[in-house]
Amino acid sequence: MPRSFLIGTVLTALFVGMAAISLIWTPHDIESLDIPNKLKPPSGANWLGTDQFGRDILSMIMEGARTSIAVALLAVGIGMALGVPLGLWAAARKGSLLDELIMRGNDLIFAFPSLVIAILITAIFGASAVNAIIAIGIFNIPVFARLSRSGALSLWERDFILAARVSGKSAFRISWEHILPNILNLMIVQGTIQFSLGILAEAALSYIGLGAQPPTASWGRMLADAQTLVAIAPHTALVPGLAIVFMVLGLNLMGDGLRDWLDPRLRVERA
Amino acid sequence: MLRYALKRLLSLVVSLIVASIVIFAVIEVIPGDPAALILGVNARPDTLAALRTEMGLDQPLPLRYADWVWGMLRGDFGTSITYKTPVAEMVADRIWVSLPLAIYALCLSTLIAFPAGIYAAARRGRAGDLGVMGATQLGVAVPNFWFAMILVLIFAINLRWFPSGGFPGWDEGFWKAMKALTLPAIALALPQAAILARVMRSSLLDMLDEDFIRTARAKGLSRRQALWRHAVRNALIPVLTIIGLQFAFLLAGGIIIEQVFFLPGLGRLIFQAISARDLIVVESVVMLLVFVVIVVNFAVDLAYAAVDPRLRTGR
Repeated sequence: MPRSFLIGTVLTALFVGMAAISLIWTPHDIESLDIPNKLKPPSGANWLGTDQFGRDILSMIMEGARTSIAVALLAVGIGMALGVPLGLWAAARKGSLLDELIMRGNDLIFAFPSLVIAILITAIFGASAVNAIIAIGIFNIPVFARLSRSGALSLWERDFILAARVSGKSAFRISWEHILPNILNLMIVQGTIQFSLGILAEAALSYIGLGAQPPTASWGRMLADAQTLVAIAPHTALVPGLAIVFMVLGLNLMGDGLRDWLDPRLRVERA
Repeated sequence: MLRYALKRLLSLVVSLIVASIVIFAVIEVIPGDPAALILGVNARPDTLAALRTEMGLDQPLPLRYADWVWGMLRGDFGTSITYKTPVAEMVADRIWVSLPLAIYALCLSTLIAFPAGIYAAARRGRAGDLGVMGATQLGVAVPNFWFAMILVLIFAINLRWFPSGGFPGWDEGFWKAMKALTLPAIALALPQAAILARVMRSSLLDMLDEDFIRTARAKGLSRRQALWRHAVRNALIPVLTIIGLQFAFLLAGGIIIEQVFFLPGLGRLIFQAISARDLIVVESVVMLLVFVVIVVNFAVDLAYAAVDPRLRTGR
């Protein structure tokens, strides 16, 4: 097992664990304000200090992890659920009008500035976690479509697919029974990378106030709140920022390690 | 080559048309009547109707779409509702912040990424390589707006080397303006540099496996000489693609960084226009950005096909 995979998995598990625990328990209640106790640096009572309302930052990080993970994971889900079938379909009809249409559609989505469109979508349909998921998810679709198509295309050349075709299986059944299981590794690795990009995108959206709304805790909004406080209470900005960095780092390391592990041929390492 | 170019040109035009339809349609489904927005809630119905006629809002959709596209083709991007100024003028103003910022950031990221990528490739698998790769992992994980806050804390608030935000304008002198753009450019450049360094390294490693490198080595060049004389130049192709894409991204991707530093650039213009529901501005500026991306991609594709005939036969 590659070391990067191990480090990445530990980091990711740490945050997933924190998010899971926050469902039943957090060190402090983040909905009750404790103004006299505001902007306290890390201490025994508040391990990571308190924010401008005296709320416990560790508790908010735990709940924020939940928001980040939920948004990014569902956005990856949208991308996979729509992108992979499209890619497989395009590959099965290689060179047809449909293939051309799907691939050109992909190029088109890539041409749009993703952050601007995400901001547009959330601003139009209202700032909420659901709209953030959709806005991020849309841009995951072409990623998975393109990758699954190219993975499938190389498989369609192989002999075992030819055997399946000779035995009379339809393109749909071949895609489902033979192609999909063989590109699943590729999708999982890419899924991890998109997951980490989703975490960053969610943080960016909620930083400008277009992600999950209060009282739901979110790392991006914690950073936005910390913006004016950074000089007097640096921990309010450092803690959520480092949470994002470690979560993203963990996912990326896990993805890279997973790729090396699942496919030894790639162990030579490409960017 | 001509056939390939024509085919690509056709797909460029189709892409632009489809993109414009998508943008127009999205803006159309947005709830809220721009005329009502201008006049406020207490507007009399006949005033409202008059303004709607003046703005062309009572025209059928296809006609309004055609109007918008025809206007843009002639350089008329419509008139902002909130600022009452032509959008083209606003874009022309803002581009003098966003464009230099994008170029500045791109230069910084290239200056960091090239040596880092080459260094890592030359020391493949050794400590130096691992160090650079670890740093790039960190670089892609850092949200640029958070990095911007940290930069402000250190270099603007504590050390007072740079302003913490705002833009004095180019009239105030070149250095003053550059100083205001320095922290934003660094914040934008960091993640880009990390990505670019990784691409540079892997592209170089691909080259080092090639026959012509083996030939160069067989002729007696050292590993390092072969790398510098032959591999670097050939490895630049994928790197330049990424630089092209990054440039297009930086032009619009500064949206949040411009927000952090209060820079009057294109990104901030879009953001403010979205918040104020000044949709004609959003529509036209987004279309402009998409136009830039599509044209840059087209130019890059064409340039490659001109250099490498293998790419012309389709993909």
